[in-house]
Amino acid sequence: MQFTINGQHYEAEPDIRCSLLDLLREHLGLTGSKKGCDHGQCGACTVLVNGRRINACLTLAVMHQDDEVVTIEGLGSPEALHPLQAAFVRHDGFQCGYCTPGQICSAVGMLDEAAKGWPSHVTERLGEGIALTDAEISERMSGNLCRCSAYPNIVDAIREVAEGEAQGKQAAAA
Amino acid sequence: MRSFDYARADSPEAAVHDAGDGAKFIAGGTNLLDLMKLQIETPAKLVDISRLDLGAIEEMEDGSLRIGALVPNSDLAADARVIARYPVLSRALLAGASGQLRNKATTAGNLLQRTRCYYFYDPAVPCNKRAPGSGCSAIGGFNRIHAVLGVSEQCIATHPGDMPVAMRALDATIITLKRDGDARRIGIDELYRLPGDTPEIETILEPGELITHVELPPAPKGVQAYRKVRDRASYAFALVSVAAIVAVEGGTISSAHLAFGGLAPLPWRDPAVEAALVGRPPSTAAFEAAAAALLAEAKGQGANDFKIPLARRTLIAVLRDVTGDAA
Repeated sequence: MQFTINGQHYEAEPDIRCSLLDLLREHLGLTGSKKGCDHGQCGACTVLVNGRRINACLTLAVMHQDDEVVTIEGLGSPEALHPLQAAFVRHDGFQCGYCTPGQICSAVGMLDEAAKGWPSHVTERLGEGIALTDAEISERMSGNLCRCSAYPNIVDAIREVAEGEAQGKQAAAA
Repeated sequence: MRSFDYARADSPEAAVHDAGDGAKFIAGGTNLLDLMKLQIETPAKLVDISRLDLGAIEEMEDGSLRIGALVPNSDLAADARVIARYPVLSRALLAGASGQLRNKATTAGNLLQRTRCYYFYDPAVPCNKRAPGSGCSAIGGFNRIHAVLGVSEQCIATHPGDMPVAMRALDATIITLKRDGDARRIGIDELYRLPGDTPEIETILEPGELITHVELPPAPKGVQAYRKVRDRASYAFALVSVAAIVAVEGGTISSAHLAFGGLAPLPWRDPAVEAALVGRPPSTAAFEAAAAALLAEAKGQGANDFKIPLARRTLIAVLRDVTGDAA
């Protein structure tokens, strides 16, 4: 089977039952994505497939041979952190760090969803622009659990990046 | 997980052709793989339908909206036509699962997702839905999330969905392709079966029958709302949910479409509830009568007794909201 992960081409022959998460971790050595519950409840395995955040534990590797998969390893590097990675460090958005790759991949997908105007459960008026309030960020990130409960700092980190992106857009428009 | 044969279908016709006995279709996979990991689902073959051309939302000439089976929950919730005409559906979708799951879960898969009864999920204990004839561990067991309407002595599990509750209120039609190549249209009121003596059979779909589309007729007049009551503010299944479309004209309720989640083995709808409202002015008395009609046959199992007053209060609150009646 052939896969495209973080822009790189990989070949592997996993068992037909292999999840995308196990492919990444056990076959390709990409251990940034974490296995928490392995049932789609914790979000530690969140990756981006064709730009959309999904739970890598609840999908079969064999179903992703034609997809573009991005994991935490593809977002930034220790020398050049992704803006969300830098914001998580700045705001202390983690303690043990186990959920962090999933939190950050999820936040990347979430910011894109909000930019497209997708509403959430707490959006008051459907079909209008999305203001990423703390309530919006919390609702949209509810698929990522943090047992250390670093939630306030995670929200701070995401809010800072969201505001930065919004200001960047305004500056570009001006 | 038990091993299985795998085939990727390149057309709906090929998919139903490939779906022999013991096969399951897989698209989003978020519920099916969860169950396969626990060996609750053990399909001999998976037919991958995720690449079929069933991902569009189309306007029909008669004013209906036709939703492809593979439209993800996220996309359906955010669709401008759904938001404008069927906000109850957007709200129901957004009340379900997490962002990651909604990105993967499909329209057809959501209709067919299975109960979250703890005993169904635990292969070590009896469950008539998982192992027919073995008994029901929820009756007399821990049954806080279980059903109070439509149950049988064999099974008291609830249907877990939100989207199907809104679709039931909207009178959706399910379009399928059968193994013999015939298409058929199934009203959502006919899709699901009560548990009776065969709780393992949840719908009228035949083996190998593929849902290809869901059609929503033009929305009924009225204000739409979806309210979900759950144990935490996000990412939890409904204890009780209400999908409502209610119109008030000249001070009188002229039409009411009401469906309920969390209460029954299927997305519940009862004409007596709507009859208790139509033709009456919005008032506490009318809302109480609707709730009484809904819950006339309701039976608690102990730990879920609270759902009966919770359903009554939730329905009344929703009716106040959609009719603008502050009484």
